[in-house]
Amino acid sequence: MLVTQFLILSAVLFCTGVYGVIVRKNAVLVLMSIELILNSVNINLLAFDRLNNSAHGNVFALYVIAVAAAEVGVGLAMVLLIFRNRKTIALDDLSEMKG
Amino acid sequence: MVLASDVLVAQNIGFAIIAGVMVLGGINVVTSKNVVRAALSLVLVMAGAAAQYILLAAEFVAVTQVLVYIGAVMVLILFGVMLTRAKLGKDIELNNKNIAVAAPVALLLLGVMVYVLAKGFSDTKLPTDTPPVSNQSISDLIFKPYLLPFWALSFVLLAAVIGAIVLARKD
Repeated sequence: MLVTQFLILSAVLFCTGVYGVIVRKNAVLVLMSIELILNSVNINLLAFDRLNNSAHGNVFALYVIAVAAAEVGVGLAMVLLIFRNRKTIALDDLSEMKG
Repeated sequence: MVLASDVLVAQNIGFAIIAGVMVLGGINVVTSKNVVRAALSLVLVMAGAAAQYILLAAEFVAVTQVLVYIGAVMVLILFGVMLTRAKLGKDIELNNKNIAVAAPVALLLLGVMVYVLAKGFSDTKLPTDTPPVSNQSISDLIFKPYLLPFWALSFVLLAAVIGAIVLARKD
């Protein structure tokens, strides 16, 4: 197998995630798009790991998974707080800090 | 020159099927009109990613992916979906007006990345004869050179747990 096929799959997933982050209005869907991006990074790490026959990328992928779990926990807590205070999680409505 | 015996036919067919499912699932995540359907498509993408990790001979990360992502993160996301909207069914206002920005950005990024990757790694083949990464070597790395990041990560998780409780508490 070529390493390029894994890298291009990861690039496609990354761009899908970027598109979702920009185009989605619902905060939970933005978090899901960020998960797509993190998954694509993990595929990249493991592909290069296999290519170089090392285990460092495995460790990095595990750390990325742990950080993603922490990020989702805090992110969803913030989304719940916003929903409780405003009855909406549309990110376009949160524009108080706009100059 | 590529010999016929060098091409792993079964692995390549498996990769193609899983990659197709992952790409379609990912597109469904960012375009679906239904939040629950988007979340279940994300499960598909994560399961496909775990299968790709198996193809890349990283079993430990694949199992961790299934446990943490499909087991824990998806349950959290589905709880978030459930708690932040009233009814199941079609939500109309899921997207904003930024598609004129998002589509060119994503397509340009994809074009540049695919061009660079295809040019830089055109014929680089993954090794087929090396054994998969053993769990022992992963744990040796985590607990020797990457011990400080491991501690930092433990504090990050602790802070995330406490922060999530503080943020989401009622009073």
